Parts: sequence; structure tokens; C-alpha cells
Amino acid sequence: MAKKRICFLIIIIYFLVGSLQAVYPPEKVEAFSSQVIHRGSVGEDVIELQSRLQYLGYYKGKIDGVFGWGTYWAVRNFQDQFGMKVDGLAGQTTKNKLAKASKYVKKTASKPAASVNVPQGYSANDIRLLANAVHGEARGEPYVGQVAVAAVILNRIESASFPNSISGVIFEPGAFTAVADGQIWLTPNENAKRAVIDAINGWDPTGNAIYYFNPETATSKWIWSRPQIKTIGKHIFCK
Amino acid sequence: MRRNRWILPAVLAVALIGTGIWGYQNNKEKQAVMIQAENNYQRAFHELSYHMDLLHEKIGTSLAMNSRKSISPQMLDIWRLTSQAQGNVGQLPLSLLPFNKTEEFLSKIGDFSYRTAARDLDKSPLTDKELRTLDALHNQAADLNKDLRGVQNKVLHNNLRWMDAELALNNQDRKADNTIMDGFRTVEKKVSGYDEANSSTSLVNNSIKEHRYKNLSGDNISKKEALEIAAFVIKDKDTRAYKIKKSGKGADVAAYNITYSKGNRHAQLDLTVKGGHPINYLMNRPVTEKKLSLHDAKLIAEKYAKNSGFESMEVNTSTEYDNVGVFSFVYKQDKTYVYADSIEVKIALDNGDVLGLSARNYFMNHHERNWSKPEVSLSEARSKVNPKVDIQTDRLAIIDNEAGKEVLVYEFVGIYKNSTFRIFINAMDGSEEKVERLEGTESGI
Repeated sequence: MAKKRICFLIIIIYFLVGSLQAVYPPEKVEAFSSQVIHRGSVGEDVIELQSRLQYLGYYKGKIDGVFGWGTYWAVRNFQDQFGMKVDGLAGQTTKNKLAKASKYVKKTASKPAASVNVPQGYSANDIRLLANAVHGEARGEPYVGQVAVAAVILNRIESASFPNSISGVIFEPGAFTAVADGQIWLTPNENAKRAVIDAINGWDPTGNAIYYFNPETATSKWIWSRPQIKTIGKHIFCK
Repeated sequence: MRRNRWILPAVLAVALIGTGIWGYQNNKEKQAVMIQAENNYQRAFHELSYHMDLLHEKIGTSLAMNSRKSISPQMLDIWRLTSQAQGNVGQLPLSLLPFNKTEEFLSKIGDFSYRTAARDLDKSPLTDKELRTLDALHNQAADLNKDLRGVQNKVLHNNLRWMDAELALNNQDRKADNTIMDGFRTVEKKVSGYDEANSSTSLVNNSIKEHRYKNLSGDNISKKEALEIAAFVIKDKDTRAYKIKKSGKGADVAAYNITYSKGNRHAQLDLTVKGGHPINYLMNRPVTEKKLSLHDAKLIAEKYAKNSGFESMEVNTSTEYDNVGVFSFVYKQDKTYVYADSIEVKIALDNGDVLGLSARNYFMNHHERNWSKPEVSLSEARSKVNPKVDIQTDRLAIIDNEAGKEVLVYEFVGIYKNSTFRIFINAMDGSEEKVERLEGTESGI
């Protein structure tokens, strides 16, 4: 009798626990922030997006947290296969479908190697070299003045009368004082890097200048003969 | 005797000072020469790295090309780059280090590209075996490139000097940091791994130079009016914060240069005298924690472009850097994307402020265009693309071709070997105008 009772109890407990489990699933589905993820984005959401797409076999690249072309095609293929509108945007519907179809364990301990966006056509080393030159030439200048110096270097690459690579323009003998006196090897700050990226992305505060000089220290008379465009900070920019 | 007593010390003193000055001058000159020599090495090295990047890129692009009209000039270009890279290697102070792999690679690709460029590809197109060779050279370029970039990165971040490396070699002092030399040794050893480089062409940069702001609308504005526009753009009516100056003789288009400075907000705005159009605007202020997504920012940028009088513009690229979103728009007319008429807008991701606008290309080039309908159909154009490229999207566009002329093209974006390529096929005669590899991310090293 007692045995039977215990058996009965066990069965009841079993069912109770079972029903509890049904009400509270063991794993809470936790996925993405509410943001729409767009091509060009960086960060945690992109890492999750890439991981989930990789889990499903759509994404074959590195999980680097940068929404580049590889990720873009993966999203589009996923949308196509699951009968959604194909726009390459990870919006709410896409994210929900992804979260249901795939597994993702958020890694908090080990941070993945941080990747960064670099403008089309430039390497991280190119940017660093440019930042070095900008910092050496214009670290005391206002931010716009730093963008301007970077823009002049880029304008020179485009110009037929100058070398056609970043290093060629920067190290052209006698072209930049910061190169001649070694100041180019000072470590550039974040401002210089931001200025370089702005210039590469199309901002040219100089209006297409290919020369500039500081009127207080310039020794060459020739430079004064160049048609001037404008003054930014201490530098006069000219054609 | 007494007189003689001070003559000697005086002469000695003069001699000492003289020697001091001479020594100082000498040292200064030596320093200048050292820096000069160092700069030459640095230049050769960074150029080598750049040329190898480009070489890898061009070989990769040639793999995605289909027509001999594009392949022959591409091979010529590769040949030219090869000889430049060889020149760079020759300038480096590596007399004691083996440089066989790099030179071997350069000579192989040089031979290959010369033979291909000189051949009539109409009569004898590239064979499968040759394509495999090209593919192998591409992989090899990728390896060399990756290692070179690694060394370049170390050189830049640790301020390494070639002169030090050379001195170390001379003194046989192995304790000094020999990253440069060790780096090159690894370049020599490694023949595995695979990494992609960046492409080197952008459509916007090639924008036509002839148009020159011919189509600016509106009348000339006064300084006062310019300041009113500035107050509207910068959203501050405090006149004391502004300075205005007219551009000099060298400017491409007469403009008012306005600077704004208040607290930690500094801005520069250029408005054309004719019509008061903004050609360049840049606001510098600290950007704090990211609160908006790139997508939110895109919506803001689109609204801003529209409200600023840029009609029918569409976002072409969007990129996030350090809590700032940068969007490039191109003009769209009759479902055709006109690359020359572009603007860039920069949005802060902390509160959605517009931090910049660059509209030089737009105002320089924009005008009403009339073009005739494509004579080549979409499917015909599609068949001109290298069959190995898996085409994902297509659209009509107007680009500047290599000759600097605007041409109507079909723009195909597709995948080949995990890389994304953009291929332009002329919509009038079906020729392959341009092939580019698209990439824009790099892992932080």
C-alpha cells in the first residue's frame, strides 16, 4: 500500500514538473537588440548575425563583427530561401526567423578580434601612414586643418605632377617638413586618424588644393606665387 | 711673458668653441643625412607593400574578367607594377637577407603578364592551364601580401628604423629589435594562408573634370545671406561664433568660407557665391556613446539630403566608423544611377546630428542628362560577364570609363571565390568597361 502511494506521488510530481517545464521553457530565446542591421554596421549585433548565418551555412567568412559584402549576400540568400523580401537588411522579421532557426551562444569572455571598416581602396596601413603624416604636419591645427592636410595628400595622388601612391607622395624628398625632420614618426592621435578617414570619404575642406604653407615659417618665395584658395588655421592652401 | 700667458688659453678657448660648433654642425648634417636615408628606405618599403597590394588586387580582378579588351590592358598594368615592385625591392637595404621568394614571384608574374599582353588574345585566348597558373600566382601574391602587411604594421606601430636594422647588421648585434629583418625572413618562409587585399579604384574619384560647376542655379548671394544660411545649417544664430571670408583666386568656384567655433563645437562650411550651395560642411565635436543604429542614421541622412535640396538621391554605400555613420548618395534618373553626381553625409550615432556634407562632386557635375535607350539587352549583357562570376544584382548606371567619358552601362555585382566583384558592361556595344573587387573591412592587427 505504502509502495503504491509513493509510486503515485512520484507520478504526480513527475507530471507537475513536466507541466512546469512546459510553462517555463528551460532556455529563454534571447536574440539581437531591436536595431535594424544595415550593411556597413559594426558591433555585437553583427557578430550574432554572422554567427547565426554561419550556423545555418549561409555565411562562410570570418566572424569579425563587420557587416560587409559576404554578410550581405548571406542575409539575402537566407531571405530568399525563407520566402522573405530580399533586401539585405536584417530587420525584425529576418532576425526573428534567424533566431528561431539557429543557435547562438553569446561569448562574453573572449572578445573576437576587432575588425574595422576601411574605406574602399585603402588598407589599414595606408590610413596609419596618412595619419602619421597628418599628425606630424598639423597636430597643432584645428580638426578641419588636419582633414585639409590629408586632403592635399590625396589630391596630390590624383594629380599628374606628383607620385601616385600615398607613400610616394609623403616621402617625396622635400615635400613635407615633418618628413624631412623626422616628426612624421610621432605616434598619431585619434583625431589624426578620424581626419584621414573623413578626407578619404570625400571631404576636402581645401577645395582641391595641392600645396599649403605656413606664412610665418615659409622660406620659399615661389610658394607665394601659387594661386591661393583659402586659409585654414595657420596654413594657406593653394593650387 | 705676461702677455703670452693669456694668449694661449684664449687661442685654446677659441679652438675649443670652434671645434664645438664644427662638431655640432657636423652632427646636425649627419642627422639630416640619416633621416634622408631612412626616408628613402621607408618610401621604398611602403611602396613595395603598396605595389604588392595592387598587384594582388589586379591579378584577382583579371580572374573575374571575361573579354580580351579588358585583359590585355590589365596584363600591361600588372607588368608595369611588377617592374615597379622590383625597383622597390632593389632599393631596400637587404644585401644580407635572402629575398628569393618575392623576387621569384615578381619575375614569374612579370613573364606571364608580358607574354599575355603581347599576345593576340583574339586568336589564342588564355588556356585553362594558364588560368590555373594565374590563379596560383594570385594565391602566392595573397600570401606575400599578408606577410608584408604584417611587417608594415609592425614597422608603423613600433616606429622601426631601417637604419637601426642596418646598424644592427653591421654590428652583428642580435639583441636589438630586428622585427624588420625577422619579418622579411617570415615573408620568405611562408607559402600558406589566404587573405584578400583592398581594391584601388573608386568611381567617385574618377569623376569628370570638365564639368566644373557649370550648372549652379541661383543668383549671387551676399556675405550676410551666406551667414544666414550658415546659421540654419549649423543651427546656431549667435553671430559672434562665426567668421566669414571669400575664397582666393585659386579656388575652382568662388565660395564663402565660414568658420564656426563655440565651446567644443568647431565647424567649417563652404557656400558657393552663386546660389549659396553648400559644397563642404564639417562639424567637429566629441561623439559620445552610440545610441542609434546605422539604419536609423541612414533614414536621417536621407531626410537631410532631401531637405537640403538634393532630389532623387539614393544611398549607395553606408559605413560605420567610431560611432559615426557615413553615407554616400548617388543621383538616380530613370532607374539609372549616375555615379558622378554624388554626395556624402556624415551622421553622429549618439544623437543623430548631421556632422558633415560633401557635395563637390554633385555641384561640379550635376546637369540634365539625356541618353538613348540601351542597345544591348540585359540578358545579352549578362552573357558578357565571366561565367564563373555568380551574379547577384543588376542595374543600369552611368559611369566614367577609363577614357574619362560618361557611358551607360549595366552594373552587375556578383561573387567569385568568396570575393564580391562589380562588373560594368557597356549598354551600347556590350564591351566590358570595368571590373572591380569590392571590399571594405580589415581585421585589426
